[in-house]
Amino acid sequence: MTLKLGVPSKGRLMDKTFDWFDRHGIRLTRTGSDREYAGSVEGIAGVALVLLSAGEIPRELAAGRIHFGVTGTDLVHEKLPRWEQQVEEIAPLGFGQADLIIAVPRAWVDVDTLDDLDAAAAAFRAEHGFRLRIATKYHRLVREFLTDTGVADYQLVDSQGATEGTVKNETAEAIADITSTGETLRANHLKILSDGLVLRSQATLWRSRVAACEGPDQAALAELLRRIDH
Amino acid sequence: MEDRARTLTRAAELRAYFEAAGARPVETPVLQPAELLLDLYGEDIRGRAYVTSDALRGEQMLRPDFTVPVVQMHMREGAEPARYTYAGEVFRRQEHDPDRANEFVQVGYEVFDRADAAAADAEVFTRIAGALSGLPLRAATGDIGILKAAVAGLQTTAARKAALMRHIWRPRRFRALLDRYAGRAAVPPARAALLAAADPMAEAGPVIGRRSGAEIVRRIEALRADAAAAPVSDHELLGLETLLAVRETLPFALERLRDVAVDLPQITPAVDLLEARMGALADRGVDVDSLEFEASYGRTSMEYYDGFVFGFYAEGRADLPPVATGGRYDALTRALGDGAEIPAVGGVLRPGLMLALQETGQ
Repeated sequence: MTLKLGVPSKGRLMDKTFDWFDRHGIRLTRTGSDREYAGSVEGIAGVALVLLSAGEIPRELAAGRIHFGVTGTDLVHEKLPRWEQQVEEIAPLGFGQADLIIAVPRAWVDVDTLDDLDAAAAAFRAEHGFRLRIATKYHRLVREFLTDTGVADYQLVDSQGATEGTVKNETAEAIADITSTGETLRANHLKILSDGLVLRSQATLWRSRVAACEGPDQAALAELLRRIDH
Repeated sequence: MEDRARTLTRAAELRAYFEAAGARPVETPVLQPAELLLDLYGEDIRGRAYVTSDALRGEQMLRPDFTVPVVQMHMREGAEPARYTYAGEVFRRQEHDPDRANEFVQVGYEVFDRADAAAADAEVFTRIAGALSGLPLRAATGDIGILKAAVAGLQTTAARKAALMRHIWRPRRFRALLDRYAGRAAVPPARAALLAAADPMAEAGPVIGRRSGAEIVRRIEALRADAAAAPVSDHELLGLETLLAVRETLPFALERLRDVAVDLPQITPAVDLLEARMGALADRGVDVDSLEFEASYGRTSMEYYDGFVFGFYAEGRADLPPVATGGRYDALTRALGDGAEIPAVGGVLRPGLMLALQETGQ
């Protein structure tokens, strides 16, 4: 057995994760062709690299098929109910910062807070005969946030991409999505509610609480934690 | 498997007990159209119910309770007055507590009767209590109707009363609204700027989406009207706060509510009903002197209860869900009745929990 480390398989998230480990003396590399998801680990013994989609890493951690994984806080909180019991946060990595926020058209000058959104939703339902639609892919997080804050008369509609465009396309009246700079929101004539921050997210190293770890794996685990100053 | 067989046997016995009391046994489909439940309960129901779908019928929910289909059936074909009983599985999504069952058996008793609300309330409570006799349970009662009456009669604008009424079941937002209407919470800066602007739409940019410019302007007008309205008076606010804090045994609670009615006379008919119910409960042998009453009870449930509410809880077992719950839901029959309505009150029991408590007691 080896200790398995799950890392996003492509893009800036992968590159920055490699850089972060490099700074801790652990060299991660992709091997083989560009299309092959295989990798190697140098600088530490008994650790294997598993390249995965960032969205799958929470599930793999919870299933105990990987011991460590790098993915966003947003994905762990959305996909793993009672995530604290399944994974442990080892270190925020300082990149991939993004906020899960609620945004409405900038033209809604009367809506600045969740309180306004709730009142607008009530009036919208009376006027249009259906509940105000909020497009998102973070159903659980957004629903729990709106329940806790007491917003009613809305419905969530699923949007797996180009969520900012749903309002203009009239498939939703508002959105709940991840944003880092707000640039895309502005370009789509949307604004963030002043108290509409659902979650602050960044790329984070997680440890599975359920992955089996015995014998030599324990030594590798201790060494890995020592190297990243945990 | 053995437990499940015993639970079903117990459920059948309970249903027979309600049948003996004059209820007609009914069955409802396990799959319910999601649209109706979503319309009634909103997005919250998705956090509580399992949703599935097919290409033909669209989204369906695994029955989260029996009340809605039973009311629908009654509104469609029932003769009055009517008493129904049922037994079967309900399904509840659990995302926070793995110890809570996501599938369990419920037995219910529902009364649709226009004649005497207090008597029907007492009948349902005592039938349920009778089925639970011998178990170490504590009964809690409340009355959403008193709170609704208090809100409906406030000396303030119709818009404010409608907003408060809408959030009776969301105590936090209710509180925030009340503080704002009473002038206790500061006006948020963005709101103040909006109200002060000569042309609030000047910087709005393009209006996109289904919510139109006219709707935005209408809400600004509503906000201006609200800003001009007098705050909810201190004595009304104090009356509401005292009302919400009432938690006593029933006779003392009644006394306290009579005091509140001096400041909030609009609650008098609802308090009269509470008194009549207390009498009806006593007539049926309930020890009302030790029965707990809590004015805020039932406000965080998602049900449509709008009058008498009650629950039975295992003593010293705060970890367990209530063994039985019930209440009056006239508003639900209005929502489902397509213009028709009928006063309705009912309750449900969980035979599985009853058996578990019986065993730990032995």
